[in-house]
Amino acid sequence: MNVNTRTLKLKRLTSNRLKRNLQSLLLNLFMIMLMMIILLPFYWLVVNSFKTNHELFLNSLNIPETFQFQNYVDAWVQGLSSYYKNSLIVSVISMIFIIFFSSLTAYGISRFRFKGKNLIFLLILGGMMLSEQIALVPLFKMLTSMRIYNTYLALILPYVAFRIPFSTFLIRAYMLSIPSDMEDAAYIDGYNSWQVFRYIIIPLSKPILASCALVNLNFVWNEFVFALVFIEDSALMTIPIGLMAFKGQLRINYVVMLAGIIIATIPLIVVFSFLQKQFLRGLTSGAVKG
Amino acid sequence: MTDRYGWPVYSVQPCLIRVRETYMKVRRTTPYFYVLPGLLLVFMIVYVPVFSNLIYSFFRLSSYSKEMSFVGLKNYVALFTDPVLLIIIKNNILYVVISLVVQVGFGTFLAILLESGLSGKANGVYRNVLFTPALMSLTAVGLLWQFIYTPKIGLLNSLLRFLGLESLQHVWLGESGLAMLSIIGMSQWQFTGYITILMVVAIQKIPEEYFEASRMAGANAFQRAIYITLPSVKEQLLVCSIITMIGAFKVFTEVYVTTGGGPGNSTHVLGTYLYQQAFLYDDLGMAAAVGMILLIVTLTISLIQLKMARTGEV
Repeated sequence: MNVNTRTLKLKRLTSNRLKRNLQSLLLNLFMIMLMMIILLPFYWLVVNSFKTNHELFLNSLNIPETFQFQNYVDAWVQGLSSYYKNSLIVSVISMIFIIFFSSLTAYGISRFRFKGKNLIFLLILGGMMLSEQIALVPLFKMLTSMRIYNTYLALILPYVAFRIPFSTFLIRAYMLSIPSDMEDAAYIDGYNSWQVFRYIIIPLSKPILASCALVNLNFVWNEFVFALVFIEDSALMTIPIGLMAFKGQLRINYVVMLAGIIIATIPLIVVFSFLQKQFLRGLTSGAVKG
Repeated sequence: MTDRYGWPVYSVQPCLIRVRETYMKVRRTTPYFYVLPGLLLVFMIVYVPVFSNLIYSFFRLSSYSKEMSFVGLKNYVALFTDPVLLIIIKNNILYVVISLVVQVGFGTFLAILLESGLSGKANGVYRNVLFTPALMSLTAVGLLWQFIYTPKIGLLNSLLRFLGLESLQHVWLGESGLAMLSIIGMSQWQFTGYITILMVVAIQKIPEEYFEASRMAGANAFQRAIYITLPSVKEQLLVCSIITMIGAFKVFTEVYVTTGGGPGNSTHVLGTYLYQQAFLYDDLGMAAAVGMILLIVTLTISLIQLKMARTGEV
């Protein structure tokens, strides 16, 4: 290679690298601006939640003079603690039943041959296409006539039923990918189908069950429509509705309200940051919003 | 069937099933015990109400009495002659269009940028920040943005004042021309990052060789995006478009929390209108009729998706 072509190549390389660096710089600048737009509401929320109402009204952009942790205490004591308790009860019970019924159904569909299997699978999947609002009025009637309107059960029952289709879909796909060698060995050893489910399939499906549980937790924790219509008593309200009630009760006590919003949001952000991988797998393999 | 040495050939599956059918103590009815509880719940709590909704839409009935009187198509006539319906359809369609452009369009663009390898080490941070708003409950987001849009002390007007753009200040949620757009804007803030993450996952599944080959052929970043990335992720793009569209037709909480349909009726959408008819005006039959519109729209979108996915158009 003679000297001329080598310098030429070198020049092209450096110009390429320069171009790449410039592109990278521009992209990062763009991203940082975008991040600022996304984070600005959060920043504003946090800053103002530590102010007094007076400070907030003077200028909502300033940093608080002293941090009013009392706002958080007030928000917690004046109502959020009870909404939290309700949300925890409803979410945990719903989640357990969703996982239980969905994994049973997914096991049945993915592991056996039986008459009507395709029809049953289609029926369950079809449930994913039907949205909560269409069933809202009849469900309200149904729950009232069953005398469980305005109880925890009025939320748990619809949550479980409406989440089974999606969860079954998710778990079934995973179970199909589990090879059946171990099961066959177990059957030869005299296991029955329940023991196979309990001691082989469930342990092997743990990753997807975790993802599924997280996605459903996110759904139930934030669910609004059913919680608004099926619960009347403020002592039974879950967080999303509780926040609304809280706002009505606080009127212009804005700072406590802002603290309340943060308290209501923190659990999911914490859960997400610890279990990010499982959570994203559930969200992305099912891809159903809200 | 035999192989060339004369031994019988089994495909893997029948063989395994034979083992199981010989040894396992599974009765014919057993599988149904696994499937039925879930199926029964879905049937009773999802299908039966949706079907009752159809029936209710032909009746006049209220929340706290058992009486129902048949009114034929009266609910539908009332619904389709209500001038508010036009506003509602316009709002829902506006929601759909803007969400498709911003969440799916811009969201995908962001995903391509993030996966271009140019953003370096901060990539993970960008993704997490983008996704964070999607973790907030709709109520929390709605209440937060209601504050942000508050005229005097809200973030938006304060910021405009700070930047010397006083003339751009508005009563964001109080002006009928702006309220709907303000709510839609809030949704874009919340969900664009969610679509970005879905698209990032899809892009990461594209084999690296595709990009390698295009780079060899001298394609630039833009050409790679158009000819390699987008065609490879069109399935995910369809899924994202569908969930965004259905989400925009089903929208309820965002509007209920911020404006409740006002000012006037300017921000009503199908969801809030249904709620208003059912639980404020106690006209469950009319609400059921609104529900039927929602059902037909969402079902049509889902069926189009199924059809496109099956015929392999995407």
